[in-house]
Amino acid sequence: MRDFVCKKIKNLKPSGIRKLFDIVNEIPNVISLGIGEPDFDTPWHIREEGIYALQKGRTFYTSNSGLEELRNEICEYINRKYNLKYDAKNEVVVTVGGSEAIDIALRAIIDSGDEIICPEPCFVSYQPCIIMSGGVPISIPLSAENDFRLTATQLEAAITPRTKALLISYPNNPTGAIMELEDLAPLVDVIIKYDLLVITDEIYSELTYEGKHVSIASMPNMKKRTILINGFSKSYAMTGWRLGYALAPANILKYMLKIHQFGIMSAPTISQYAAITALRDGDKDIEMMREAYNQRRRYLIDAFKEMKLSCFEPYGAFYVFPNISEFGMTSEEFSEKLLKEENVAVVPGAAFGECGDKYVRISYACSIDELREAIKRLSRFVEKLRCK
Amino acid sequence: MNIKDRNKILALLEKDAKLTTKEISVMLAIGEDDVKKEIKSMEDEHLICGYHAFINWDKAEDDKISALIELKVTPQRGMGYDSIAKKIYEYPEVESLYLMSAGDYDFTVILKKATMREIANFVTTKLAVIEEVRSTSTHIVMTKYKEFGVSLADGKKDKRMAITP
Repeated sequence: MRDFVCKKIKNLKPSGIRKLFDIVNEIPNVISLGIGEPDFDTPWHIREEGIYALQKGRTFYTSNSGLEELRNEICEYINRKYNLKYDAKNEVVVTVGGSEAIDIALRAIIDSGDEIICPEPCFVSYQPCIIMSGGVPISIPLSAENDFRLTATQLEAAITPRTKALLISYPNNPTGAIMELEDLAPLVDVIIKYDLLVITDEIYSELTYEGKHVSIASMPNMKKRTILINGFSKSYAMTGWRLGYALAPANILKYMLKIHQFGIMSAPTISQYAAITALRDGDKDIEMMREAYNQRRRYLIDAFKEMKLSCFEPYGAFYVFPNISEFGMTSEEFSEKLLKEENVAVVPGAAFGECGDKYVRISYACSIDELREAIKRLSRFVEKLRCK
Repeated sequence: MNIKDRNKILALLEKDAKLTTKEISVMLAIGEDDVKKEIKSMEDEHLICGYHAFINWDKAEDDKISALIELKVTPQRGMGYDSIAKKIYEYPEVESLYLMSAGDYDFTVILKKATMREIANFVTTKLAVIEEVRSTSTHIVMTKYKEFGVSLADGKKDKRMAITP
């Protein structure tokens, strides 16, 4: 029989967390700091709205781009937060999580061989999505010395005549890094100079702890060359609802919608109704969760200082990304050993790009009690390694 | 210390009184000495009135029950409700006592968990015979679903997958 599977897919690197995931499930009493989703339940008033939608029998497709009422709320929200005006009719599509938005954005813009610049460490699906769309991912390795921020010099050095777009995500998973206004300004000059498009995944925007999140779309002359992606998973603890959205100029969004229409039809209807409530009444929920995350963030950073574990201070998302290179192990070796010896799960930095191999990702989407115990085990582990 | 920081300390302690002052100081980015001083002064003011374990007694093995009693009373000239309240809350059997704003009764009394016989005995021989008490109405708690902001019905189990990107 022939081998039916497409070579492009076969050659895709498997996800770097699969192996660890299999081990974790074998061990009881693991404290997992490897979870990339909020530990909070979706706020009850939002769940209630989902239940109500079900009871009312709102179980049919919506229009391809999503419920009009939801698109209006999204535009209202983006305007309120970032002072950005989008047209709810022609510049928004509601997607199945931010993930789908990333996928359709890439597929809408990539011609075979186009280069997409993608700074690393970054979310695990960016590069595979670029490749699956026929593009060529060009990584820029970022480092803790620059607080994992992208500089204009780094960007300019990576640009070739085939470069079409830059794909960034701040606040960042896995590093927790953010980009402030003064970091974005020099980037914008380069982006405009080389006539690039920007895909910006701002799914963690609400989880910014120092200052306010700045969207690159709100920089002068950038809206028309930006695809802005956000969603409900992180800000409202709604991961399982699978709901996100993309905002883009009509002449680009039109084509993203085409892919969405043929591939997905419409995002889950019940989730869309719940999301309307989230945007209308969810500010206090965000506030409460942000404060809790921030307390845990400070708790971890302080613990790392005491452990003398080298770690830059993250200002966003819910991750810290300490440097483990002093132990002379790869991030995978370190994670596996930590899991086996102390029953603490973290994600090897290599899962987020080669340059992440000096680091591990630690999620603080868990309770202080868990963090306290995990820190105890981690510092015991680190001491042991240092004594060798 | 400003009210905002003070309330933040209280909010943390209310949820978890076992947090150390060092932990509170780190979590709120307030100096540890300031945290210590503030907690001490809130204790002195009796703003923080104690640190207790939060127990789901339904899980402890006993046949005791919780009761809530509505009391109708006749307030005393010149003394209002305070002197009657004292006659009630001084009993160790009484866990909480609230004067209510409206309705057809005045006090809500919550008793410490006890057997049915002990409760009946306390109500008839101690509460009902207080001079100013006009009537009592005793309610037995059947199931506690939530207390002190914690749901007792749902377990603590993490429903998430152990590792996700």
